[in-house]
Amino acid sequence: MRRQIPLIITFIVGSVLIISVFIPHKPFGQLGENFSVYFDIIAVFAFILGAGNLLRVHGNRIYRKHKDWPYSVVTVAGFTVMMIAGLFKIGGSPGITGDLTEPGSMFEELYMYVFTPLMATMFALLAFFVASASHRAFRAKNKEATVLLLAAFVILLGRTPFGVKLTSWLPDPLSFLEIPNLASWIMSVPNMAGQRAIMVGIALGVIAMALRVILGVERTYLGADSE
Amino acid sequence: MKTFSYSFIFYCLLGLILLATTDGLAQVESSDSLLSPLLPPSEVIAEDHPGDAGGAIIVRWKLSPDEDKGITGYEILRSASPTAEFSSVGFAATGANRYVDANTEDSLTYYYKVVAIDADRNASESEISPPVRSSPQWFNFHLLNLLIIGGLICGAVIYFIAHAKKGKKFFLRKIAGLEAVDEAIGRATEMGRPILFIPGILDMDDVQTIAGITILGRVAKTIAQYETKLNVPTSRSIVMSTAMETVKEAYISAGRADAYSDDFVHYVTDEQFGYVAAVDGIMVREKPATCFYIGAFFAESLIMAETGNSIGAIQIAGTAMPAQLPFFVAACDYTLIGEELFAASAYLSGEPKQLGSLKGQDVGKIIAMLAIVIGALLETFFAISGSSFFGSLAELVHKLFSIVAS
Repeated sequence: MRRQIPLIITFIVGSVLIISVFIPHKPFGQLGENFSVYFDIIAVFAFILGAGNLLRVHGNRIYRKHKDWPYSVVTVAGFTVMMIAGLFKIGGSPGITGDLTEPGSMFEELYMYVFTPLMATMFALLAFFVASASHRAFRAKNKEATVLLLAAFVILLGRTPFGVKLTSWLPDPLSFLEIPNLASWIMSVPNMAGQRAIMVGIALGVIAMALRVILGVERTYLGADSE
Repeated sequence: MKTFSYSFIFYCLLGLILLATTDGLAQVESSDSLLSPLLPPSEVIAEDHPGDAGGAIIVRWKLSPDEDKGITGYEILRSASPTAEFSSVGFAATGANRYVDANTEDSLTYYYKVVAIDADRNASESEISPPVRSSPQWFNFHLLNLLIIGGLICGAVIYFIAHAKKGKKFFLRKIAGLEAVDEAIGRATEMGRPILFIPGILDMDDVQTIAGITILGRVAKTIAQYETKLNVPTSRSIVMSTAMETVKEAYISAGRADAYSDDFVHYVTDEQFGYVAAVDGIMVREKPATCFYIGAFFAESLIMAETGNSIGAIQIAGTAMPAQLPFFVAACDYTLIGEELFAASAYLSGEPKQLGSLKGQDVGKIIAMLAIVIGALLETFFAISGSSFFGSLAELVHKLFSIVAS
């Protein structure tokens, strides 16, 4: 019974949502939207579980002086300060009905001047990681890697003013050989064809996966892998 | 002299009359041009928006003949009665001959007028449309093709699942990334280091996350048998709860309930880069021997995969985000590309029923391949011959495989 009820719920909800795509009439038409709202409501309550888990895991680490426990102190302190600033609306409009994001509120200040720069810093790391990954990926180790290297070289060059200038002297009948045009061709023909093939595969994979879940063939997510 | 005087007076009077008349004509002409500088749009038709839940009416019209003379757009006016005052419900840009009024009540009758407006705010109203009412439909015929093709593919999947239940065996090509799972877990066990599993950054309402969690279940069962430490940081609370339950059951079914710990799966944060910072920190401090990235990823994919690469971990990634696949291919040892992600759970389970569903996907691939080949051939024949027969056939194939916006 512990397994069957979730399976029955999954089957009914999955089937009804598929039907609702094709039947716009009430009560089916709004079901997709409604279920999305139900999910958000559940997610809000589940957030309490997440916060509880965060405090439990890091609290244990601090209590047991686990290796690297000072990082847990930073995590718990950051969480607590942000939560107090948000719940009690320190520095902003007074009272529980005040605006959390009002300029001058502690939450807003922390968000703008601590959290946002930290996020931007993490995002900025991407530039360095792209360089190191490209360095590895574009080594001409074999034929395929050489083709990849050449394609990447043409596309990178085609996106720069230097690339435009380099072949702009070509006469009109040979304009398709201009580097920016070659770059556009690579992106819109071979690259697009490959992407579409992947997307067709993804769509079919999603259909099969969804059917396995709806029909109860796939039940690992319920913690069981057999009937 | 007298005759000259009479003639002079006569011609002066005639001149005055002519002047007055010409002036008057000019005045009539100019006031006329002020009153009606533009020709109005015509043939205004309003009809119920098809394939919807009601509450919407489509208004169509024939463009004003003065479309090229500075018309800036068309204002759509609506009234509940042809004699009552009309009020504006929207504006369509120049060249548009269609507007969807998505704010109607199904029980009311509406009348529409379309007004052409130019840059000088000169306006020209159309005739009033016939009465119209919006109403909900029981079937969206715009999606009939999707129903047929989707039905065929679903039917094939169900058929092959049923076929597999009877004991029929199917051939399945080897997926390198999944073949390497045991090796990757074994390596972590030998090195005495943990295994890191990242189930993506989206919630449980995303099918990629579901796929990630199902793979986690399979992987956790093997990890339980090897007695290796597992670390699953999650960015969503519901994913955390689901992953926790999945891992727990995997340990129980592997007969190693005693080895399970609630700390294996833990919540970090919903924030994308906060999550990445935490995961990178875990990688650098704990140096996992194996990293799995299975689920939906965005810009964080490369940051995590490169950090994993820098600590020398075996990395297996899988996602259905086409934009992130190149990053995983560049930084990871194995990548499950698109459909392989969704096939992984069935592949790892080895259950005939699940493998049967993968066979059903092949029918979808055959349909897609046939459509591509036939469509390309028809378009080519049409381009070469210019025959309308090939043109209309190509259009038919295109329509059959397109979801038309209603």
